[in-house]
Order: sequence, then structure tokens, then C-alpha cells
Amino acid sequence: MEKRKISFPHFGSYYIPIRHLMIRGLEIDYVTPPPMTKKTLELGGKYSPDYVCAPFKIHLGCYIEAIEKGADTLIQVDGVCRLGYYGELHEQILRDLGYDVVFVNLARARNRRIRGFYEEFKKISPNLSLKKFSTALLTSIDMVESIDQIEDYLRKNIGFEQQEGSFDRLYEDYLQALSLVESRKEAKYVTSNYIKRFKEIPVNKPLKPLRVGVVGEYYSIMDGFSNHQIEREMAKMGIVVDRYLNVSNSLFHYPVKKMREYIKGYSSYDIGATGTMTLNRALKFAKRGYDGIIHVKSFGCTPEIDAMPVLQNISKDYKIPILYFSFDSQTAEAGILTRLEAFYDMMVMRKEGKA
Amino acid sequence: MNKAYLGIDIGSISTKGVIIDRNNKILASGYLWTEGNPVQAVKRLLVSLKDQLDHSQYQIVGVGTTGSARKLIGVITDAVEVKNEITAHAIGTTSQYPQVRTIFEIGGQDSKIILVENGIVVDYAMNTLCAAGTGSFLSSQAARLGVAVEDFGPIALTSKHPTPIAARCTVFAESDLVHKAQIGHSKEDIIAGLCNAVVTNYLNNVGKGKRIAAPIVFQGGVSKNVGVKKAFEAATGHQVIVDANGHLTGALGVAIMVKRKGVERPFSFELAQEDFTTRGRECSGCANNCEVICVYRGNKLIDAWGNKCEKGAVKVG
Repeated sequence: MEKRKISFPHFGSYYIPIRHLMIRGLEIDYVTPPPMTKKTLELGGKYSPDYVCAPFKIHLGCYIEAIEKGADTLIQVDGVCRLGYYGELHEQILRDLGYDVVFVNLARARNRRIRGFYEEFKKISPNLSLKKFSTALLTSIDMVESIDQIEDYLRKNIGFEQQEGSFDRLYEDYLQALSLVESRKEAKYVTSNYIKRFKEIPVNKPLKPLRVGVVGEYYSIMDGFSNHQIEREMAKMGIVVDRYLNVSNSLFHYPVKKMREYIKGYSSYDIGATGTMTLNRALKFAKRGYDGIIHVKSFGCTPEIDAMPVLQNISKDYKIPILYFSFDSQTAEAGILTRLEAFYDMMVMRKEGKA
Repeated sequence: MNKAYLGIDIGSISTKGVIIDRNNKILASGYLWTEGNPVQAVKRLLVSLKDQLDHSQYQIVGVGTTGSARKLIGVITDAVEVKNEITAHAIGTTSQYPQVRTIFEIGGQDSKIILVENGIVVDYAMNTLCAAGTGSFLSSQAARLGVAVEDFGPIALTSKHPTPIAARCTVFAESDLVHKAQIGHSKEDIIAGLCNAVVTNYLNNVGKGKRIAAPIVFQGGVSKNVGVKKAFEAATGHQVIVDANGHLTGALGVAIMVKRKGVERPFSFELAQEDFTTRGRECSGCANNCEVICVYRGNKLIDAWGNKCEKGAVKVG
């Protein structure tokens, strides 16, 4: 039997650990989807229900482009919102379009632990060894943590680089190095080595820089293509951009009980999906005296819509401005930049007014 | 010779310009339709401004641009300041009404709310995705009713029983309007209902969750509609100020910013005689097919933009 060629939609830089898990853990080939472009959006939008959230459309576009690039097997993950139904619908749409692919839908897994996922993957890779799978999974998790750690530093410092492009260049190098990682030990080494190198990049950070916290929906917030790189655009204006939500903080260590406790006065129930984290972090940013909060979601994202009235309460109580973004597949970039620019001007004026 | 500063606000529907002296006094102003051609509109604007200015007394030392064509016009006029319209409006308004707490702005395509405390913007919001409840909505409904949009306000004031009209969505509002007209509601009641609908829509969308405090200043093309002004007053319970020069606020704001910036660049009204063209070209570097816009003065390329990456970069100079 020929080796399967599996693919998963783009999601920031996480394709690197995913690829590692597939190649080393499942011992199958991995097809990285082509870089996302307008065409990806068009393809996805064309075959998706009109009112579905933007990430669904983007994923569908990625799947089609990955199939054209040679993928014959696709994966979709589970989620606690509509994401949980993505796989089912993606598979159906691709079948209707006539694509003959194997679809691994992790939402169907019997349990949501290693064992459950292992069983799902065994269907496409019958000789799969639990040991190999687990080892590769652990390395992949380390790689995810590595990306999250590096990107956190990047968001907080890239706006102050002395030499334009120095962070981007090193980040490219870093992704290269991370792609070559084969073990947990190597992952650890690459992380500490690059953290050190990133910290060596000279920055001109004022004593009290503007600080913006980013909260919102899982995919749109983490995938730069989906949010038109607003974190970058913001940071480049000379702002510390702080985001807690990433894969490690949501999947590997998510202190949900503590988070819920913290926002007790604002929300008595769990909103679902990322809602609780959104409120928790927004309140934290507010209490720490951040200059502003940016709320990011895809158009129609229900859990985040539910979080918005509570965000407005936090905004009022702590007098912290919140900028709301709702991304759809045809959002015009000029409007986004206008709003970011105005938000920046406002934060500067507020700060000068306070001083 | 005294220093003067030129601010230009190029919106989707209209183009506005002011020249101010160092005390923010308006020396010249202009207001005309953009007609889908911002470059031509600005040339016409410059001709009109030139005639108003006393050239023996004043010399323009810097230009600022705002509005949706701010970048293009900024390049052509070699502007010192290119600013978004939210900031420009805030600065312009607070210069005239230092006590202002809330600014309502409804333009042709967009609407925004700006909250001010002690002369400082503390919060703002802008409509997203949808143009419901903006000037273009009123214009199209005016056409449907066979009434000039300029007459909307005075007609609305004559209504005793404004017709309730669904405000949430332009499409719904339109079918609601047709239905109400067909069952016999009078024209003035429908028009007053439309004005109320604009206000309800505004307060429920951009105004949602915002604490609206007086003094309130209302700007943008729709502020010229007294029916909408009255509806705002009824809904908020406060007096709403509409400045006769309200349409110039954005231009004024950006002119003030030029002055504050202190950077000076030579400017000549001869610009209006020069030939500026823009040419779009599609980059074939990848499937993004970015539309790269090249701006020429005569045959000389002066700027280009629209590319997302280096592949589409056009060298200028």
C-alpha cells in the first residue's frame, strides 16, 4: 500500500508540530497546504454555507488546495462550538464535490485522550504503534509550547526593534530550526537557544509603553491570515501586544475553574468555547491598567457574541477602551487599518491626557 | 507673511477643504461632490480655495488629508499629515466645542460615535460590514418616495404620527416602507419614520453599550437633516448641536494636526493644473493577485501601493 498523504488546514505556525506528529508518529507523509491567498478564501467561500463562520470557509479552501497538491487524507479536530461539526460538514461537502479522500474526524473519537485519537488514526495507519505515536505527540506538544513562548515575546517586542525586520528574519530562522526538530531534547534546545537570540535583538522600549491586550475567538485570533495580521499591525505602531490565548494555554494548561472564579462578578456561567477566557483576560488586562483591548472574532461566532455585553461592562467599570473586530471572508483591509489607527491615536491621546 | 494650513477631507460622497491660520480661524473653505473621482474633486477644490485666500497675507506651509481617499491625495499633495477620519473629527470638534462629550457622525457610507472626556477621546465605535442607517440608505429611500433628500428633514417635521419602520436592516426597512406606503400611511409620516429608524439603528449599533452624555455634537452629511436631529433629541433626551460648518470638521481637524506637528513643506496651488493619473495593475506573483495602484505625476511614478508582499513591490524614484 502506498503511503498516505495527510493534510490539515493552516493555523499560524502550528503546521510544524502537526507535520512532525504525522510524519514521525503516524509514519505517513504530510502535505503542507499552499500559503493561503485570496484564492483559498474564494474556494472555501464558494462551497460553504453563506452564514457559516469564516474559519470554516478558510479550512475548506485549505483542504481543496491541499488535495490539489496531492493530499489524499484530511484531518479535522473537535471543538466545543460549531467547530465540533466542522468535520462532518467538510467531509460531506468534499464528497459532494467528487473528491475521493479519507477523512479523519477527531470529533468522532470515542474519548478525547491520547487513546481515543490513537484509535482514530489507527484507521488510516493500521500498523500504528502507540509508543511511537505518544512519543511524537509529546515532541509536538513541546514544539507548540515553543512556538507560543517565542511568539509571545515577539508580540511584546517587535514594535520596538531598532532595526526594521530583525525580528522577522530571526523568526524565519527559528521556524527553519523548529522544522528540523526530531526529539523533545532538540525542541527544548531550539527553544532556549532562540529565546536567547530573540532577547539579544536590540530594542528601544520606552519605560511605559502602550499596552494592548488581545482576546477573542480561537482561530481568528491565532491565525494571522484570518485577522489581517492585526496583532502585527498594532505592534508595529510601537505597542506591547499581549495575548494569553494560544494552543498551549487552552489545551495543555487551562485553569478553567480559577478563570471562572476570577470573573464571578461579571459572569456566573461558562459562556462556552473561548468566552470564559476572553472575559477572564479582558478583566485582567483592565485591572493591570492596559491602554486598550482588542476583541477579535469571526462574523457570527456565537460564544464571543455572548461575551460582548460583558466586555462592555468591563470597559465601563475600568474605563478601558475596547475595539471590536468581526472578520468575514470579504472584510476590506482599509477599514481595519482605519480603525486600528484611530484606536492607536486615541490611546496616545488618553495617555498624554493622563500625564 | 502669515502661515496657513490646508486640511482636505476626501470622503466617498463629498470632498471638503479648509485653510486655517495659526489661531484655527477658517480663511477659506470648500465643499463639493467627489463624484467617484477624488483627484479631480481635489483639483476643483483647490481652484475654489485659491480664489478665497488672500495670497498677499498668507502662505500655506503644510497640507493634511483625511477621509477614505486620504492616502492617494496625501501623495499627490505631498501631505505632512495623513490621518484617519475618526481622529480628525475628534480634533476638529474639540477645537470648536471644548466641552463636547459625545460626537455622533453619520456620513454617506459609515457612521461612528466618539466619546470625549476633558477634550480627550476615550472611546469610539464605527459601523461594521453594513451601511444600514447611513446617508446612502436615506438617499435611496428618498429616490423611492420621489422626494429630494434635502427636503427630508423639513417634511419629517410636519409629521404628527411617525410610521414605525423596521430599522435593523436596509432590506427589511425598505420592504417595510413599501408595505406601509401601500396600506395608506402618509408620506410625511413615513419620512419621519425613516428618520426615527436611522436614529434607532444608530443607537442600537454603533451606540450600543456607550454612555451618551451631553453636550452632543452631530456631524456628517445626515446631520443636515433636521428630522434626524429631532429624532436624536427625542431618543437621548438631550439637545443635539449641529454646527453650520459641521461638514468641515474633518478637514479642520487634520489642518489643526498639521499645525501642531510643526513640519512644513512647500505647497503651491499650481497643483490643480498638473496631471495626475493612477493606474492599477494586477501582480501575478501568486494567487493573491494583488491590485497594485501606481500614482503618476505626468509620466513620473510618484508612489505605489496595494501589494501584500515584496513580490509586488514597485520601485519608486
